[in-house]
Amino acid sequence: MSKPNPNYKGSAWDKFTRWAKGTYDPADGKLESTPPKDRLSPGERAERMLREYDQSRFEEGVAKEIGAFQIISRIFFVLMAVFMVVVLLYTVSFLPAFGDPNSPVNNEVSQRYIEQGLEETGAVNIVTGMILDYRAFDTFGESCVLFVAMCCVTILLRADKKNEIRLRVREEHEMLEYEPQEDNILQQAARILVPLIVIFGIYVVLNGHISPGGGFSGGAIIGTGLILHLTAFGVGRTRRFMNERVIKTLTVCALTFYCFAKSYSFYTGANHLESIITTGTPGAILSAGLIVYLNICVGIVVACTMYSFYILFRRGAI
Amino acid sequence: MTLVQNFPFFCIILSMFSAIISFPMNHRWAMRVHLIMVTVVLALSLCVLGYTASTGESYTFMMGHFPAPWGNEIRIGVLEALMAVFFSLIMLLSVLGGLAHIGRELKNSRKNLFFILLDLLMSSLLALIYTNDLFTAYVFIEINTISACGLIMIKKEGRTYVSALRYMVMSLVGSSLFLIALTLLYTITGQLLMTPAKEALAELVAAGEYEVPILVIISLVTVGLGIKSGLYPFHTWIPDAYGYTTPSASAILSSLVSKGYLFLLIKIFYRVLDFEFVVSSQVVNLLFMLGILGMIMGSWLAIKTQNIRRMAAFSSVAQIGYIYMGIGLGTTAGVVAALFHIISHGAMKSLLFISISGLSEVSDDKSDFESLKGAGFRNKLAGVAYTVGAMSMIGMPLLTGFISKYLFASAATTALQGKMVIAWIALAISTILNTVYFMGSVLTIYHSVPAEQRKPHGMMPSRVESVGTVGLIALNVGLGVAATPVIQAIQTGLAIFG
Repeated sequence: MSKPNPNYKGSAWDKFTRWAKGTYDPADGKLESTPPKDRLSPGERAERMLREYDQSRFEEGVAKEIGAFQIISRIFFVLMAVFMVVVLLYTVSFLPAFGDPNSPVNNEVSQRYIEQGLEETGAVNIVTGMILDYRAFDTFGESCVLFVAMCCVTILLRADKKNEIRLRVREEHEMLEYEPQEDNILQQAARILVPLIVIFGIYVVLNGHISPGGGFSGGAIIGTGLILHLTAFGVGRTRRFMNERVIKTLTVCALTFYCFAKSYSFYTGANHLESIITTGTPGAILSAGLIVYLNICVGIVVACTMYSFYILFRRGAI
Repeated sequence: MTLVQNFPFFCIILSMFSAIISFPMNHRWAMRVHLIMVTVVLALSLCVLGYTASTGESYTFMMGHFPAPWGNEIRIGVLEALMAVFFSLIMLLSVLGGLAHIGRELKNSRKNLFFILLDLLMSSLLALIYTNDLFTAYVFIEINTISACGLIMIKKEGRTYVSALRYMVMSLVGSSLFLIALTLLYTITGQLLMTPAKEALAELVAAGEYEVPILVIISLVTVGLGIKSGLYPFHTWIPDAYGYTTPSASAILSSLVSKGYLFLLIKIFYRVLDFEFVVSSQVVNLLFMLGILGMIMGSWLAIKTQNIRRMAAFSSVAQIGYIYMGIGLGTTAGVVAALFHIISHGAMKSLLFISISGLSEVSDDKSDFESLKGAGFRNKLAGVAYTVGAMSMIGMPLLTGFISKYLFASAATTALQGKMVIAWIALAISTILNTVYFMGSVLTIYHSVPAEQRKPHGMMPSRVESVGTVGLIALNVGLGVAATPVIQAIQTGLAIFG
């Protein structure tokens, strides 16, 4: 039987055993993570701060701290902006003049687009031929930008179940107060205008390879027609043909078709395989290979995106 | 053309297609599609890496029927394939590591959108890695920015709105500067593809024409992509963006999104502007100084903060500073070190963010140091993972952070003497500061607490999450132990990169 060491308390071994048991910490009070001396829990500290809180003093302090910073940052921003403007204007003065025939932009790239564009893509509208055939990968990227923007707006604005009901009730009140309900003039005008606008949009999309226009501009026109219909006749009637299901189906089908059609074309192009896609007779509506179908896809995506942005901002649900 | 050569194109299209078909799906299927897609991309990229390593040269792939200056094009070499492998691997492990959090923190109606954003993010990263076309790069920068913004705000809590807004404003400033630079470049060269643009630019430089616009282009590209990747004085969006969103998103944002821009910057330096010309234009010196400032200020801000997630976010500022310091050395060795650190920091930071989420969920979902005391006892795996990540950050041998620091230090010897000394001093100071805050936090999570506080209170991580965490630990150790093949691949890849 060994005697207990009288100097045991406070010895290194004692500290070690207590540390192993978790009742002693050698690092206590030596680290920057040490809590402040008064040892208040975060909750108590918050309570004390609330007790001592004084709005006017707070504002005074903020004004003192932020005021100086704001003035400096404003001056800095103005200087920065002036600097950028001066630098960019100075740079522009070195660039070739607009329309200069000798400017570097007029090289073999644009020459081939202009001279052989019709023959190679079958599109009378060279710009469409460029964006949907020569550089179709970029345009697929652009359609995906619209798609991802639609997803982000949905994340931000879609109302959750409970909120949605509250929102709908509130919206109906607001609509009664501020918006014309069943406005006869608007409805009559819309009855004439909506079909015209939508048909014009479809015309612009379908003739994208023949005349100025294309999927992006035509889709925007169709989207405008849908928004006008929604404003004139109310959500209920528009939702009969444009609900979430329809929009999802249209977007997914359009993008999937674009993806597969262009993948086929990329794959055959890169592997130097014979492609079944022909350019057809230039000027005919079903010519220019895939371009007319791709224009339809882009048009659908743009129209759906515009419409769903509008309705998400208005109601928080499609 | 062999089948393997098509794989990079398959990867890009596959990730975009999986985003599209996930749109009408519910979140379970969207998750499955995402995980399968990333795994397939990883496998295909490994094949491409093997193929390019065996041939030892890079090849171009036409996106369509028209050759280089007229149609879009991607270009694949060892370096690109290596980056694709690591990006997809880190993406897979980060998503696995935070899977249960995604399930808990996001609303059901938004979960499938989360996976769509991740799919599109993957496609944009792959496109940024592979593209040989400046305008394609810009289009996919847009996708990258918007989907990153969505990832930040998807939690829909007070601060995430502010941070998403801040991120968007800063990021759009960066994009617009990049776009202005692109327009100027197109005006003076008439080319959008990288290789022809480089030839045209070389002629202009040799003839001594357009000196001012070329200098402006270099600075706008550098500053634009610098803002987007979080270079020091433009870092203000980082702590909020990484600090409050769901852990997988934090891990992916810090370890992949900013790295995509960095890789693009290096690519433009090599493939469009000519690295030697960039070095002689003194822009690298600016990058060097800002990188050094970032290394020290980022660590200093990390020491001052009391929230562990914000601390990790501020540490990202410092690590981005390391990468810019490496580029700023202006030598090939410096760029090799920077490229290795892109991979290495991805592995470390995703491990840290994932393990921090594991630690805070056993501490009542709090992430201040006071509440995290003893969290390492409550969640053993997350504690070990955090310790490994922190050790790696400090630069412990056998972990990937050590190799990075070693490469930076030895690359400094190839630079000018003045830069060498400054780089070494900055590395030393930054390492000490790293040690202060990372070891401080490790000691905090293993702070001895009474036995009843050692039991977990809160959710325990699921098995899938453990797989993700263990995978990331293995990646850190693996890169630290067997770094030589990766470094060699970077060196051979960089030689055929320009």
